[in-house]
Amino acid sequence: MSAVDTPSPPAGRHHETLDTVVVRFAGDSGDGMQLAGTQFTNVSAAFGNDVSTLPDFPAEIRAPAGTIAGVSGFQICFSSHDIYTPGDEVDTLVAMNPAALKSNLQDLKRGGTLIVNEDAFEKSNLQKAGYDSNPLEDGEALAGYRVHRVPMTRLTRDSVEGLGLSQREADRCKNFFALGLVYWLYDRDPKPTEEWVKAKFASKPVIAEANLRALKGGSNYGFSTESFTVHYEVPPARLAPGKYRKITGNEALAMGMATAAKVSGLNLVFSGYPITPASDVLHELSRLKNFGVTTFQAEDEIAAMSATVGAAFGGALAVTASSGPGICLKGEAMGLGMITELPMVIIDVQRGGPSTGLPTKTEQSDLLLVMFGRNGESPLPVLAAATPGDCFWTMQEALRIAVEFMTPVVLLSDGYIANGAEPWRVPKVDDLQPIRVEHPVEPNTEDGFRPYLRDERLVRPWAVPGTPGLEHRVGGLEKADITGDVEYSPENHQHMSDVRRRKVEGIARFIPEQEVDGPESGDLLVVSWGGTFGAVRTAVRKCQEAGLSVAHAHVRYLNPFPANLETVLSRYRHVLIPELNLGQLSFIIRSRYLTDVISLNKIQGKPFKVGEVASKIKEILSN
Amino acid sequence: MSSLLPQLTAKDFASDQEVRWCPRCGDYSILAQMKKVLPELGIPREKFCFVSGIGCSSRFPYYMNTYGFHGIHGRAPAVATGLKLANPDMQVWVITGDGDALSIGGNHLMHAIRRNIDLNIVLFNNQIYGLTKGQYSPTSPRGSRTKSTPYGSVDNPLCPLSVAIGCEATFVARSVDVDIRHLAGVLTQAAHHKGTSFVEVYQDCNVFNSGAFRYASKKGEKEDHVVYLEDGKPLIFGKNRDKGVRLNAYGRPEVVELSSGISEDDLLFHDSKAEDPSLAFLLARMRYPDFPEPLGVLRNVERPVYDESVRQQVQEATERLGEGDLDALFNSGDTWIVE
Repeated sequence: MSAVDTPSPPAGRHHETLDTVVVRFAGDSGDGMQLAGTQFTNVSAAFGNDVSTLPDFPAEIRAPAGTIAGVSGFQICFSSHDIYTPGDEVDTLVAMNPAALKSNLQDLKRGGTLIVNEDAFEKSNLQKAGYDSNPLEDGEALAGYRVHRVPMTRLTRDSVEGLGLSQREADRCKNFFALGLVYWLYDRDPKPTEEWVKAKFASKPVIAEANLRALKGGSNYGFSTESFTVHYEVPPARLAPGKYRKITGNEALAMGMATAAKVSGLNLVFSGYPITPASDVLHELSRLKNFGVTTFQAEDEIAAMSATVGAAFGGALAVTASSGPGICLKGEAMGLGMITELPMVIIDVQRGGPSTGLPTKTEQSDLLLVMFGRNGESPLPVLAAATPGDCFWTMQEALRIAVEFMTPVVLLSDGYIANGAEPWRVPKVDDLQPIRVEHPVEPNTEDGFRPYLRDERLVRPWAVPGTPGLEHRVGGLEKADITGDVEYSPENHQHMSDVRRRKVEGIARFIPEQEVDGPESGDLLVVSWGGTFGAVRTAVRKCQEAGLSVAHAHVRYLNPFPANLETVLSRYRHVLIPELNLGQLSFIIRSRYLTDVISLNKIQGKPFKVGEVASKIKEILSN
Repeated sequence: MSSLLPQLTAKDFASDQEVRWCPRCGDYSILAQMKKVLPELGIPREKFCFVSGIGCSSRFPYYMNTYGFHGIHGRAPAVATGLKLANPDMQVWVITGDGDALSIGGNHLMHAIRRNIDLNIVLFNNQIYGLTKGQYSPTSPRGSRTKSTPYGSVDNPLCPLSVAIGCEATFVARSVDVDIRHLAGVLTQAAHHKGTSFVEVYQDCNVFNSGAFRYASKKGEKEDHVVYLEDGKPLIFGKNRDKGVRLNAYGRPEVVELSSGISEDDLLFHDSKAEDPSLAFLLARMRYPDFPEPLGVLRNVERPVYDESVRQQVQEATERLGEGDLDALFNSGDTWIVE
């Protein structure tokens, strides 16, 4: 909205500048809430706010309309400064029906703004949501919130009148009406969304026009209605200078793979099987074939893993991605990759478990699975990405370790950072780290090629089939060192088990030391890993500002740990490990270093709130 | 450029590993034929790779002086698929058994075949689990008395050829371990076929299931129990070549005596190139003792080859979009500058 042609707002209206706002759109899974949220994120990012998002959708594509099970939500935190989480409490909640109100109201902060589609609060919807009476009519239920009852269905129909849409088609535009209203409320420039609508519905100009009118209708409603007395502004964030784009974790993984293919000069073969929340990695990557990428949708998780082992043997950068249930199935072939000492990356986008668990919700409960979930002594390097953008860098690092050390590497992501978005500073191609690959072309001894003859880092050569003179056989049976022949002798098995372990442990000498945010020693060190980075970093910073002696160590390398981790842990009186599981990193740290760890565990399918971590910190330090 | 290659012999394909199958195992014969066939193909040794699963047959790659990968139980077709996608110039052979391919690995076999990826799959069928010492397998006849079925098995066996044809296989053949010339011929044709070649080999496990295929392998006996398939030729068999197979009025096969006024022209003629798989399926269902069992190539047709199509998509995408440009990729979508 340009200042020139904007008429003055109704009298009594005032303008407030805020630094951080959390908005949540909630409605039926058919109401287009994910789309509204994504558009809000895009315009906020384009405006220059820092953003962090939390999509929350049901496992069922279309659960029965109007029920609690069918509620889909999208939360966006946007700010004028750096933020690391999508926010603990919601400032503005848009509820498109009674079920959305019922399941989301508890997250709306006291005094927060509630925008409801009052047209949806009729008898059958109220019943489906389990309301005995209409909460909009009940003085008690919504006391303490700034409630705006907006007849969205009716106003949307009015907005699109004359376009010849069916009632159903007209009603599908309500998300744009809601979006337009919230755009107005937070002074967002709707232009990127308008452009998007025009491009998206280029072949359906009537639908495009209807959505644009609904968007405008929502905005006009906000502008001209007395009920919205405050109009907010969140100025752009002061991010580090540079060029930015929005990125989700899954997009970043795909981009990271294409990048690794380019900088290594190798082809990349990605094998996957559809599974929530990892499928988008396959979707994104399958569009990047011109980067030397081959994607293979396998018949099952086992085949995807086995093909990854085969592709690695064949000389390609080999990657597979899945989530917990799929990783369980991949275990045997991961062991095969381990004993054949071939380079590959296994991505685990973790979700709520066990078994099928909570497919669309986030969790960090696969750490012990990827560390130990294979038969025999089968150590693998494990890395975890911290944020959506960090998925790009962690992908590069995982592939670098895989090819430099001839080992499968596990990359842990989770549903939260996989689907969540943040601004990402676009890297410069010249700043990318190379991935060096050496395929031998000559036998490595006078007597011929020895596939298990190791270098000083205990790494064996990666000879590619098709190379004359290097014909050799590998497989899942125990190998004699150097020759690679099948060998069952007791001494050899001890030796090979030790060597494989030492090789992986030795990677610690080639990774960065553990860094700490805050004082180098003190009362408390908070140790986190993976997608909890944002909540923990924010909580620790807040406590530091409040004068507490607390530091934060976010561990990216979970196996092997950075060489100095034990020393770092020993510099603090207490160690707190918050995790979205029942204490898996705590378990490892306790057993590895005999550190007396305090665990903060949450296993609700949702990320930590900053407040949850901060109050635990305060509790420990007040004792 | 095969004329420039050094002439290889069977010896060049023997690895330095001691072969450790039981004495007189049928696998020896298959290994020997493979070593004879490969030098004839005009392909350099380093371009061959043998991939296997688990089982006696799956030790095969260790005994070939080519690239080799001894995988895990049932997964050889999936490992081989990854290898072929990464390294399409390789000629990839999958060596498997009845338990490996049809029990634990049934899914991978099915999907490799329906994709028509360029692999040569050789299934050593001995109707028993040998490596685990004698349990019945998915091809053991109903009623098989084995260690795990002392009262006889009560499940019905799979016919590997029927499974392959049901998966839309483009090349389906059968041979017998000791029928060495025939076996070499079938392996050669499998090697030349583009797409998935599926070869079942009747293989004698002389320790746990000795003589299971005596009817199809013993001279003087087998002539009445097998029929050799040749394109354009009628199905004639018998010690005196006096029996044939024809289709009756209901379109079902029946065995007839050639002496009783029935001429060769009345018989079923073989056509491995028939587009429709019905004939191949009908042949696959001819089972001992009611019918002579077919040996040779049941089906050999051309269809798009998976790995070639995959490569073609990559090429087309690269031609259409240009070589991937990282700068353009990073800057795709909406970007903004922070000063």
